Amino acid sequence: MSRNDPYPSVDAVVERYHADAAYLVQMLREIQETRGWIAPPVVTELARTLGLSRARVEGVAAFYSFLHLRPVGAYRVLFSDNVTDRMQGSEALLAYLSEKLWVEKGKLSEDGLLSIDTTSCTGLCDQGPGLLVNGRAIPRASRERLDVIAALILDRQPLDQWPAELFAVEDNIRRADLLLGNRLAPGEAIRAAILRGRGGQTEAAANERSWREANPAAALGPAATLEEIKRANLRGRGGAGFGTGVKWEACRNAPGEMHCVVCNADEGEPGTFKDRVLLNRHADLVCEGMTVCAYVIGGGGATRGFIYLRGEYRHLLEPLEAVLARRRAAGLLGRDICGEPGFDFDIEIHVGAGAYVCGEESALIESLEGKRGIPRSRPPYPVTHGYLGQPTVVNNVETFCAAALVAVHGGEWYRAVGTAKSAGTKLLSVSGDCERPGIYEYPFGVTVRQVLEDCGAGVGKRATQAVQVSGPSGTLIDASEFDRRIAFEDLPSAGAFMVFDETRDMFDVARNFVHFFAHESCGFCTPCRVGTAMMRNMVDKIHGGRGTQRDIDEMCQLSKAMHMAAHCGLGHTACNPMQDVMKRFRPAIQRRLRRLEFAPAFDLDAALAVGRRMTGRDDAGAHLETEA
Amino acid sequence: MAEGRIRVATASLAGCFGCHMSLLDIDERLFELLEKIEFDRTPLTDIKHCGPCDIGIIEGGCCNAENVEVLREFRRNCKILVALGACAVTGGLPAQRNHLDLGACLSEVYLTEPGLVNGQIPNDPELPLPLDQVHPLHEVVKVDYFVPGCPPSADAIWKILADLVAGRTPRLGHGQIQYD
Amino acid sequence: MNESDLPSFLLDGEEIPFTPGQTVIQAALTAGHYIPHLCYHPEFVPHGSCKVCTVKANGRPAAACTLPAQAGLAVESDTDELNDLRRTLVQMLFAEGNHFCPSCEKSGNCMLQALGYDLGVMTAGFRHFFPDRPVDASHPDILLDFNRCIFCKLCVRASEEVDGKGVFSLTGRGIMRHLIVSAESGRLADTDIALTDKALEVCPVGVILRKHVGFAVPIGRRRYDERPISAQALDDAPRMMEPKHG
Repeated sequence: MSRNDPYPSVDAVVERYHADAAYLVQMLREIQETRGWIAPPVVTELARTLGLSRARVEGVAAFYSFLHLRPVGAYRVLFSDNVTDRMQGSEALLAYLSEKLWVEKGKLSEDGLLSIDTTSCTGLCDQGPGLLVNGRAIPRASRERLDVIAALILDRQPLDQWPAELFAVEDNIRRADLLLGNRLAPGEAIRAAILRGRGGQTEAAANERSWREANPAAALGPAATLEEIKRANLRGRGGAGFGTGVKWEACRNAPGEMHCVVCNADEGEPGTFKDRVLLNRHADLVCEGMTVCAYVIGGGGATRGFIYLRGEYRHLLEPLEAVLARRRAAGLLGRDICGEPGFDFDIEIHVGAGAYVCGEESALIESLEGKRGIPRSRPPYPVTHGYLGQPTVVNNVETFCAAALVAVHGGEWYRAVGTAKSAGTKLLSVSGDCERPGIYEYPFGVTVRQVLEDCGAGVGKRATQAVQVSGPSGTLIDASEFDRRIAFEDLPSAGAFMVFDETRDMFDVARNFVHFFAHESCGFCTPCRVGTAMMRNMVDKIHGGRGTQRDIDEMCQLSKAMHMAAHCGLGHTACNPMQDVMKRFRPAIQRRLRRLEFAPAFDLDAALAVGRRMTGRDDAGAHLETEA
Repeated sequence: MAEGRIRVATASLAGCFGCHMSLLDIDERLFELLEKIEFDRTPLTDIKHCGPCDIGIIEGGCCNAENVEVLREFRRNCKILVALGACAVTGGLPAQRNHLDLGACLSEVYLTEPGLVNGQIPNDPELPLPLDQVHPLHEVVKVDYFVPGCPPSADAIWKILADLVAGRTPRLGHGQIQYD
Repeated sequence: MNESDLPSFLLDGEEIPFTPGQTVIQAALTAGHYIPHLCYHPEFVPHGSCKVCTVKANGRPAAACTLPAQAGLAVESDTDELNDLRRTLVQMLFAEGNHFCPSCEKSGNCMLQALGYDLGVMTAGFRHFFPDRPVDASHPDILLDFNRCIFCKLCVRASEEVDGKGVFSLTGRGIMRHLIVSAESGRLADTDIALTDKALEVCPVGVILRKHVGFAVPIGRRRYDERPISAQALDDAPRMMEPKHG
């Protein structure tokens, strides 16, 4: 690097991470935070100091949407492009700002000052449209607020001098139940777990012994808390609903040099924002759950903890670091936690860089290891071969919170809430056409109709026509299904609950989701890489008024291939939105078809435009009729 | 259909006539074939426009306005449309220009190429206007059957024709399907 | 070990013995049963990205190359449903890249092409993407034609694991996925690739080509002119297999 380089040296960043290549994504992110982008010599230097091939480092950097290998503007404005943002007018606002600042969407302004583009859902659906400016979240975009932002940009005001009010993100908790209403003190769940391990003996009595050589007469130790987690019938809140107790037990039983606890805070499913609120409001509870997990699975060996925080939630990094520091000072993280000799555990935060696929647990682990976020082939599963090949539990933010509650109150208490197959409560991120968007916590088994009533959907003349439960990879239901229940046995949900009133075009909704999947496919496997892009082209063809029945047939053929052969859940579910619309709102597609049999995907006459311009011709032979 | 014979039309669009040459390579089997078929528009008959036909066979992809007109005429008139050869099936060699900007291309060839004096882009209305990209046939009209190959072998063409004439779904076995 | 002592699974109703640690495709090929595949290479740890080898194991779809063989597993492979799927996948690959076989030196020795022949693929069917992927002709002896890349990662792995160089890497996401080389200039000439590298041998399609070779073998005598890929793959399969690299 040149000696005139005004930025912290690459070496300094590498050194801070002990030249451990597993931190590559973090190093790239930090370097970019000071320099704006990652220049080719920086890539070369990083590769050299880490002993990696240059192509490997470049390959990682170019995988993540928020890492830039080309010069970018001093200000990078990204408009969240979830369907709920669009419903709140994001497209018109993007056009407004582009016009105001004389810049074309997706391009760098001529003076190199700024760029404006779209990004996948930023998790501000209840207070959208959402923006990211240089990675910092700004809710409630409006013409007035964009005027302020435009002036700040033109004044070249550094972001840390922008009015704090711009960045104020609300929690919007509308209904609290046992999780959001908890009053646990920091450390309470950990102490409860330790105490339960001693068979309820007082702390003083058992203080002599290490927790991992618990008194054989009590014969409990960490297994006692594991039993409670299993008794609670706690299931993962990330969507798949795998039994948390079974997962912890498998990890606990797996041999390894260390055991890892990973909190999946890569909340990328469009329409989901409950983890943002949990991390903002209940960060201690999240850490409690992770620490209890470490206690249960640690088996007396080394443990490590990670929170994988999605890049869009970068604004939560400093507050979370402060929580971790406070917990360390209070003896709730670090060595001999809660005075238990040998109970060592700490938590590091990894910030993602814009890749939805990293929400898949094995892709998340790859990213934690400083690689591209590509889902692994399974088996083996992370519980036996996870982070750096070690046994690893990956759980959702909400799952860890629930686990902390179970550690304190016990499994029976927890399972008494909810339904027989779905114990406890579920946080829903409600957005879309309703009066009171925000976070709603309900016991499992709540009907869709109840949620709609509570959030003020369908008030006035506009009836609710559909709800997208659990985001684009979930299920779209219509009004005939509003008595269905949010529960693993009926409508499982990772938390998204997007409401659409009767004025919304459900084809447009699905098209937004199809674009999302095409943008977020990691590209590893053929069916998803090519299939999502083909689906995108087909819905655009239909949207452009050129669709035919044949396109619908081709989409079905693609859906089948993707569903059967894709490598991970992203590819399996990428066709759900179109399939759901075909099933429940078929006329929304059919009425857009040009004709039944065949139509080209493009305008043939328009394909002659360049030829006409270059030759100056406009005679009859220089045109092609559009066939009726 | 005169005398109950199957009416067949053929044309070469953005192709090299190699596929038609290969068609002629079916040699003496042509006589057998001619007992069952009769030709409408083909380069062999000099009929200018395709009338109602049973089978249309097209060589070459679509690279200009005239190609599109001919292809549409075939699609309107032929009950069965066959894409014959690599260019018809994939766009082929001509489609290798697809990543180039047509405007820049015409400009370089006719206007800015060193050594050109008073360059001009040909603009005679008699000349078909180029499309911005070359397309395989199935991107412009519905195509019923495809025969890859550059050119497809005479045996492959014979097999497809024999199947179509006999009313069988055309199929090629190993050694008959080739992409080059 | 005697074959009869080995555990076994069923492939299309036939018993396939396996040594623990083998995947379904490894055991099947060893036993002389072909399962169509593209990114799998007997000398490398299976990658599982092309998905052409998808089978149904106890009714559930899975890639045979990465699916561990298990005693008692009932695997279906040669069914209409699975061969339809494979055809669709091969069509998707042909539509994704720029595969102009007549002008490709690898023609006749290309696995993608041979697989298309075997599966009876007559057309890509879908609309072609016609991506813009400039070739890299910077190296005096080696040409890179990215138009044909199918992202099997074999060159990446061969260069890393066998050649110890890391000349190649895959990057980008979704349909923008692409192959890059390890040089600040982005040019192959500025890497330490050598003609003797394993990475040159493993490309199943026509991305990595030796210059000054051209169309060396006449049509009719090339690898897949003589025998279909299904027969060839069985010839290539080691009878008792241990992955060598990775």
